[in-house]
Amino acid sequence: MTKATVSRRTFLATSAAVAGGMTLGFHVPFLAGSAAAESAESAAAAPEINAWVVIKPDDTVVVRIARSEMGQGTLTGLAQLVAEELECDWSKVTTEYPTPGQSLARNRVWGDFGTGGSRGIRTSHDYVRKGGAAAREMLKAAAAAEWGVPASEIMAANSVLSHKASGKTATYGAMAAAASKIEPPKDIKLKDPKDWKIIGKSVPRLDTADKVTGKQVYGIDLKLPGMLNAAVKECPVFGGKLASMDDAKVKAMPGVKAVVKVGETGVAVVADTWWQAKTALDALPIVWDEGPNKSASTAKFAEVLREGLISDKDVFVGNKNGDALAAIESAAVKVEAIYSTPHQNHATLEPMNATALWTADKCRVWCPTQNGEASLAAAASAAELPQDKCDIIKVHLGGGFGRRGAFQDYVTQAVRIAKQMPGVPVKLVWSREEDMAQGRYHPVTMAKLTGALDDKGNLTAFRMRISGQSILKSVRPEGLVNGMDPAVFQGIAKDDPEKPTANEHGTVYAFPNLLVDHAMRNPHVPPGFWRGVNVNQIAIYVESFIDELAAAAKVDALEFRRRLLGNQPKARAVLDAVAEKGGWGKPMTDGVMGRGLAVVRSYGSYTAALAEVSVSTKGKLKVHRIVAATDPGYGVNPQQIAMQVEGSFVYGLGAALNQEITIKDGRVEQTNFDTYQPLRLAEMPKVETIVMPSGGWWGGVGEPTIAVAPPAVLNAIANATGKRIRQLPVKDQNLKA
Amino acid sequence: MAKLTVNGATLDVAADENTPLLWVLREQLGMTGTKYGCGIAQCGACTVHIDGVATRSCAVTLGSVKPEQKIVTIEGLSPDGSHPIQKAWLEMDVPQCGYCQTGMIMAAAALLKDKPKPTDADIDEAMSNICRCGTYLRVKAAIHAAAGTSKT
Repeated sequence: MTKATVSRRTFLATSAAVAGGMTLGFHVPFLAGSAAAESAESAAAAPEINAWVVIKPDDTVVVRIARSEMGQGTLTGLAQLVAEELECDWSKVTTEYPTPGQSLARNRVWGDFGTGGSRGIRTSHDYVRKGGAAAREMLKAAAAAEWGVPASEIMAANSVLSHKASGKTATYGAMAAAASKIEPPKDIKLKDPKDWKIIGKSVPRLDTADKVTGKQVYGIDLKLPGMLNAAVKECPVFGGKLASMDDAKVKAMPGVKAVVKVGETGVAVVADTWWQAKTALDALPIVWDEGPNKSASTAKFAEVLREGLISDKDVFVGNKNGDALAAIESAAVKVEAIYSTPHQNHATLEPMNATALWTADKCRVWCPTQNGEASLAAAASAAELPQDKCDIIKVHLGGGFGRRGAFQDYVTQAVRIAKQMPGVPVKLVWSREEDMAQGRYHPVTMAKLTGALDDKGNLTAFRMRISGQSILKSVRPEGLVNGMDPAVFQGIAKDDPEKPTANEHGTVYAFPNLLVDHAMRNPHVPPGFWRGVNVNQIAIYVESFIDELAAAAKVDALEFRRRLLGNQPKARAVLDAVAEKGGWGKPMTDGVMGRGLAVVRSYGSYTAALAEVSVSTKGKLKVHRIVAATDPGYGVNPQQIAMQVEGSFVYGLGAALNQEITIKDGRVEQTNFDTYQPLRLAEMPKVETIVMPSGGWWGGVGEPTIAVAPPAVLNAIANATGKRIRQLPVKDQNLKA
Repeated sequence: MAKLTVNGATLDVAADENTPLLWVLREQLGMTGTKYGCGIAQCGACTVHIDGVATRSCAVTLGSVKPEQKIVTIEGLSPDGSHPIQKAWLEMDVPQCGYCQTGMIMAAAALLKDKPKPTDADIDEAMSNICRCGTYLRVKAAIHAAAGTSKT
């Protein structure tokens, strides 16, 4: 067995320097000593002013980023927040990830590492800005001491300290070492938003250059000295386990070093290269004990969901006012419809992977993760070592979307494999087929909606019964409230117009009589947080049905919504913005046959969309354009916000139009991107995004807008042809009335 | 021992002839800019040029590539990221997570070589690569920018 030789603190992982002269080199911190020792060494190399700011003698500002960059732009946004208060030269800003082990050793100085729920910026803006402001004040104090002048007379701007009266100046780099020894200030006053110079500007991302040359190193690209590669298979029937395998059949195959069990449920082949490992794994005879779920199917579970629509069993009320049932009973007009949305897989383009090195006294894992601290906990548990003997070295993610945060199964597997190969770094990479089979899927639900109208076309009651899967029941049972999963009601939860930020997922509508409840029905398929989470289906159900009610009331869909948005000026503003820019009520041109609207509030932000579609004589859908508006309160980088809007539409529309995970014989039927088709460039509508931050609060960006695109498109289809699509995805359905 | 011509250099490769070119590039030659996404020529993350043609390297075996065929990977597209497509990508901040982008760039570079002034329809047809972050609109805009066919 090869022993890894790794230098004490850092090493250069270098690919073969080959044709084209490209050498792919990067430094990977390796903590041979304690995390604290590592941090101290780092500080000696360049002065750490505080946990968030390191300034090198050449004036380079290194901003520490605890959250993860997975494409959403958080890295750049967080650096903008720190740089704003630091008053540094933006062109000199770089970033680095501290490790969760370093944070643990320093009493969690970097706070939460979790990067999900569109919280990256909105739950850390305060303390990261204070980090920048404190560093600025320490630089000023250092200069004041050196120059013998009051700190209050020193100006800090663009990485230069200056004292007007004496004419003295110094760069941040020159003063950094002295500043690092200054006592941090206790009272920190943050800038008034009206004085922001970097926050609110569309500065270019800090992480683009290496992404256009192939130099960006993702977890799947890591190469450590002496490293072996592993491919894994878990029991394809959820709840099953490994019965037996015949490793003698593959042990002599080229490159194969070991065939190992991974817990009770999986098996891995370790080989010189990943291709050899995968080839041997595919040839390995494996017998699964498929367990109790081997005959489960999507079709059978649909019966359970339908029963949930009318059942009184395991039903939880999520939002209620007035007496919706009585109002429906006595209504002049009653409208009813049943909707459904299927399971979805995250299918991050970079498959799950982690590289682990285990020895009897420590464990290191290099991995893409949305939550470094969760990765550390998983690694320590699998390593059977205390957390302070382990660490996680984060690398940028090739997509996250919720798959790599709460779920650290890939880290657990990598450590379990590496533990059987002591001293040898092992890189575990999933095949796409494994990724399709072992997802943590967007939950499956159905909903029955009933609305009541009076004889003037006014809505008098709204009732929604959701039947389906709870994520929290499976993933975070401690989040249940008396058995109820409150997250199921995202987008239709109780709202307090007096305190608009009290419930980030409160409904924007003032329903006169309302009843929303959930019949919890959990299939054996493991659920997960999938970009946008439950607001995806809630928006489809509510916003589609609002259009159905408007049609029954013979009221314009915009006007019908506006009547219900009376006490929600911010929701009205985003809706009016898309209606105006999208030409609602005006003649359609360029082949557009129908328009549809949607408005939702989620993750603390207000979003709306207007979609324009056509349906060909053969029934083929074309989404021409979506006009989107979002008000996230404060907006840190408008261009990045627009990119999140466009990108979320691709993810959301791919699911609404094409993608579907189905179960047969207890296992996922779709195996790859041929049977699970994401949206492609040719299907992408033009998107016009109105970023309209009105200030005063911090809403999310990465997820809120995803929810408005599908219902706006479904409403546009109905507007175009009269056909109301209620079962998602749209694919293969006749779109003609 | 197979021979490959990659980014202008002739290289010896010791791997089974059934190994996909993708994994030869990544694991034998250390060129990790070419990405694995699906292994079945669906996603395009592994796109390289073979004799100037955009090719999904996961679906090409080592044994099927002749030594004289010219393979170009993202590492060899330009010495310093200065290909017009790369410059346009940087200028317009196209990537999000970036994982699919090297394949996108290779596909776009091949498209421009074929059709220096591509229409929207040309781009729709040539760019079937999958991007889960959803950068498509900026991909399209950056191709037009590089080609000088941007609509004002």
